[in-house]
Amino acid sequence: MRSDVQAIYVMWLRQVKRFIRAKSRLVGNIFQPLLFLAAFGFGFRGARFVGIPTTVSYLEFLAPGMIVMSVVFSSMFAGISVLWDRQFGFLKEVLVAPVRRISIVVGKTLGGSTIALIQGFIILAASVALGVRISALSAAACVLLTILVAFSWVGFGLAAASRMEDVHGFSLIMNLLIMPAMFLSTAFFPLEGIPEAFKLVIYANPVTYEVDAVRQVLIGVGYISLWIDLLVILGVTCFTIFTGAYLFSKCEA
Amino acid sequence: MGFVVEARNLTKVYEGGVLAVDHMNFEVEEGEVFGFLGPNGAGKTTTIKILVTLLKPTEGEAKVCGYDVMKKAHEVRKSIGIVFQDPALDTELTGRENLDYHARLYGLSSDVRRRRIEEVLELVELTDRADDLVKKYSGGMRRRLEIARGLMHYPKVLFLDEPTLGLDAQTRRAIWQYIRKLNKEEGMTIFLTTHYIEEADKLCDRVAIIDHGRTIALDKPSNLKDVVGRDVIYVRSSNDLRLAENLKSEGWVSEVKVGEELAIYTSFSEKRIPLIFKVAQEVGVEIESIKMKKPSLEDVYIYYTGRKMRDDEAGPVEHVRMLRGRRLS
Ligand SMILES: Nc1ncnc2c1ncn2[C@@H]1O[C@H](COP(=O)(O)OP(=O)(O)OP(=O)(O)O)[C@@H](O)[C@H]1O
Ligand SMILES: [Mg+2]
Repeated sequence: MRSDVQAIYVMWLRQVKRFIRAKSRLVGNIFQPLLFLAAFGFGFRGARFVGIPTTVSYLEFLAPGMIVMSVVFSSMFAGISVLWDRQFGFLKEVLVAPVRRISIVVGKTLGGSTIALIQGFIILAASVALGVRISALSAAACVLLTILVAFSWVGFGLAAASRMEDVHGFSLIMNLLIMPAMFLSTAFFPLEGIPEAFKLVIYANPVTYEVDAVRQVLIGVGYISLWIDLLVILGVTCFTIFTGAYLFSKCEA
Repeated sequence: MGFVVEARNLTKVYEGGVLAVDHMNFEVEEGEVFGFLGPNGAGKTTTIKILVTLLKPTEGEAKVCGYDVMKKAHEVRKSIGIVFQDPALDTELTGRENLDYHARLYGLSSDVRRRRIEEVLELVELTDRADDLVKKYSGGMRRRLEIARGLMHYPKVLFLDEPTLGLDAQTRRAIWQYIRKLNKEEGMTIFLTTHYIEEADKLCDRVAIIDHGRTIALDKPSNLKDVVGRDVIYVRSSNDLRLAENLKSEGWVSEVKVGEELAIYTSFSEKRIPLIFKVAQEVGVEIESIKMKKPSLEDVYIYYTGRKMRDDEAGPVEHVRMLRGRRLS
């Protein structure tokens, strides 16, 4: 029991420490959403989009999308980093320790979410600095939502890592799944005026609901009922966390 | 009472059909330094991985400290320490952090933890480098840190998979000293694998010689060497078989074996060399090389398998393996 609590703490602390030390990774992780935010936000400053209320600028529309994007990237990476632990041998050290696998999963999830939240918060702060108006209350609600989002993507990363042999799978997942999932959601553009076939894909994509929920909470614009968003997010989070934990408990060093 | 490690018909067939461990039987007694000696691919690491609960055996059973490795994996994990063949440190953390995290995973209380970290750092002489990131350590320092980590939670048995692979002679001797000290002063049972003849001979109370997943001999090093008997003369010739046939009948020859080289077991070997030349000449066999040895564990291996164990010092192949291991870390 004592070592299980300690295991959660160790897995959390290790990730946070590594994150703080690897400054280049932080810069790399937040650069892309920041770039999109600044470039598109200012580039399309004067443009009008069908489906975006006239009271809301494109920058404001985009900010929640980029917050979710940075959270998705970093939490997915935290989960899938088990691949590197395996390659560098550290996974064996953890797997022979007298602690339950579930404690390791919990520690990983909390660690990954902490890092994801820090990065999401940086994007949020940057958005405010760029001129997005949000209230403290909505920021707090946004934090709660992103915790759920982070959990689900750590779980996804963990599940993926448990089924992959080596680190080469990572770029595959990143380029074929995560990047498309960002673009085929409502992160960059509104749902209005999109061909039906595309809409189907967008509705099947959990990122859509995650972005939609955060956007409603932050700037009051949304395309799906908030309750449906929450239901989908909760469902997806439970599913990926359990799948991740299950597959990880089966994996060998 | 009882044995610290027991293996009964232990067998592992990997996916794809590689038979890595083939019905192995052995016991490790409490307080001894027990060694697995065998060439690359003999199945040493596979056996250790089964014993430390990282791999499931295909057949047979194993007990560590009385607990079945399959049914009581958690209990087994609590009783053991392990230093893997491949590096298993987090190189982005400091040496001290690696030790601290390990101690926490094993549930050491905070004061024991603090004291023990200092103790093991002292033991492996890393105190002054403890707060450097491990990625700045040399290979030998990493190895020493791993040994320190493996023993810090007072395991009943410490598994060391090739503890000195690829290290220079000086570091290797230092590590032998730690191992002896642990065994004597902390009374820790040690299970190590190696393919260095000298390591098995000097360090181990008992040695199991492993080949193709089987234990082909198991005893004290001195007893194993006694089996070979006296000295060995290795001969390469134009016709080993013919020479062997004709030597067998000589009274001074106790045994002849044909393998990669012709092995002639005898006493007073220095006096026998001229006799071998004489016999060879009489039967028209040309001798290409001849060498004589006092028996070592290498000769025991040859005695049982007819092959050389190779790699008895760090050769190029091994350096490549080491580098590969390190780069991944
Ligand atoms: N994961 C694996 N999948 C399939 N075969 C494997 C695997 N690991 C090892 N083997 C095979 O099992 C056999 C025994 O390997 P093992 O690593 O146990 O040998 P070893 O005695 O530790 O050798 P070394 O001295 O090189 O470390 C080898 O033939 C090896 O190719
Ligand atoms: Mg090995």
